[in-house]
Amino acid sequence: MSAIQVIPVHYYILLSVVLFSIGVLGVLFRRNAIIIFMCIELMLNAVNLLLVAFSSYFSDAGGQVFVFFIMAVAAAEVAVGLAILTMIFRNTRSTDIDFLNKLKW
Amino acid sequence: MTIYLFYFLSFVAVLCALLVVFSKSPVNSVLFLIVTFFAIAGHYVLLNAQFLAAVHVIVYAGAIMVLFLYVIMMLNLNRDVEPHKPVALRFAAVVAGGLLAITLIGALHGAETLPKAGNVQADIGLIENLGKTLFNDFLLPFEISSILFLSAMVGAVMLGKKELK
Repeated sequence: MSAIQVIPVHYYILLSVVLFSIGVLGVLFRRNAIIIFMCIELMLNAVNLLLVAFSSYFSDAGGQVFVFFIMAVAAAEVAVGLAILTMIFRNTRSTDIDFLNKLKW
Repeated sequence: MTIYLFYFLSFVAVLCALLVVFSKSPVNSVLFLIVTFFAIAGHYVLLNAQFLAAVHVIVYAGAIMVLFLYVIMMLNLNRDVEPHKPVALRFAAVVAGGLLAITLIGALHGAETLPKAGNVQADIGLIENLGKTLFNDFLLPFEISSILFLSAMVGAVMLGKKELK
C-alpha cells in the first residue's frame, strides 16, 4: 500500500509549509552565515518535497525531473557559496553577517 | 501503517529542522540537518520516488553536508565564537516566521478539496521513466545545467584562491 492512496495531498502541503517557515525563521533568527545557508537548503528541500508530492499524486514525471534540476542548482550554489564564505572568513576572521553591513542602508 | 510512518517521518523532519535553527553549535546544526534530509528521503520513498530518494541521499547527505561540515571544521567554528542576535530581534524573528506559516496555511486552505488523483501509476519515480522524461522533454535544461556546473566550479576555484594575479 503506497502513501498516495492513504495520505491526502494537503498533508504534504502542510508539512512543506512548516518546513519552509522553519527555514525562513532560521534565516531571520541566526547571525552565523553558514547556518543561514543551511536554512536556505532547508527551504529548497521543502519545495522539493512539495514538487515530488504533486508529481506522484498527479502521475507526472515532470515534477520529479524538476526536483532533479533543483538539486543540481543547489549543489552548484553550495560550492560557490561556501567559497564566498571562506573568502569572507579570511577577510573578517568571522562568519557573522552583521560585519558585512556596507550595503545595508 | 503507512500513515503512522508518515507521521513519524514528519515529526522527525520538523523536530530536527527546529533543532537546526535553535542548536548552539554549528556542527550540531549540520548533523540535525542531515537527519532532516534522511527523513525527507523517507518521504520520497513513501511517495514512490525511489530514484529521487537515492539521489537525494547521495547529493545532500553525501556531498553537500560533507562540504558544510568540512568548511565548519576548517574555519574552526564552535559554540564559543557563535554570534547571537539580541533577544528582541530573536523574538521578532519567531513572530515573523510563525506569521508566515499561518499566512501560507491560510492561503492554502482550499487544498483539501483538490481532486483525487485518477489512475495512479506507481512506477513513475523509477529510473527508466525519469530518464525518458529527462532526455526527451528536458534535454536542453540538462545540457545547460552542465554549463552551470562548469561555471560554478570555475567560480569556486577562483573565489577560493588566495590572490589573483
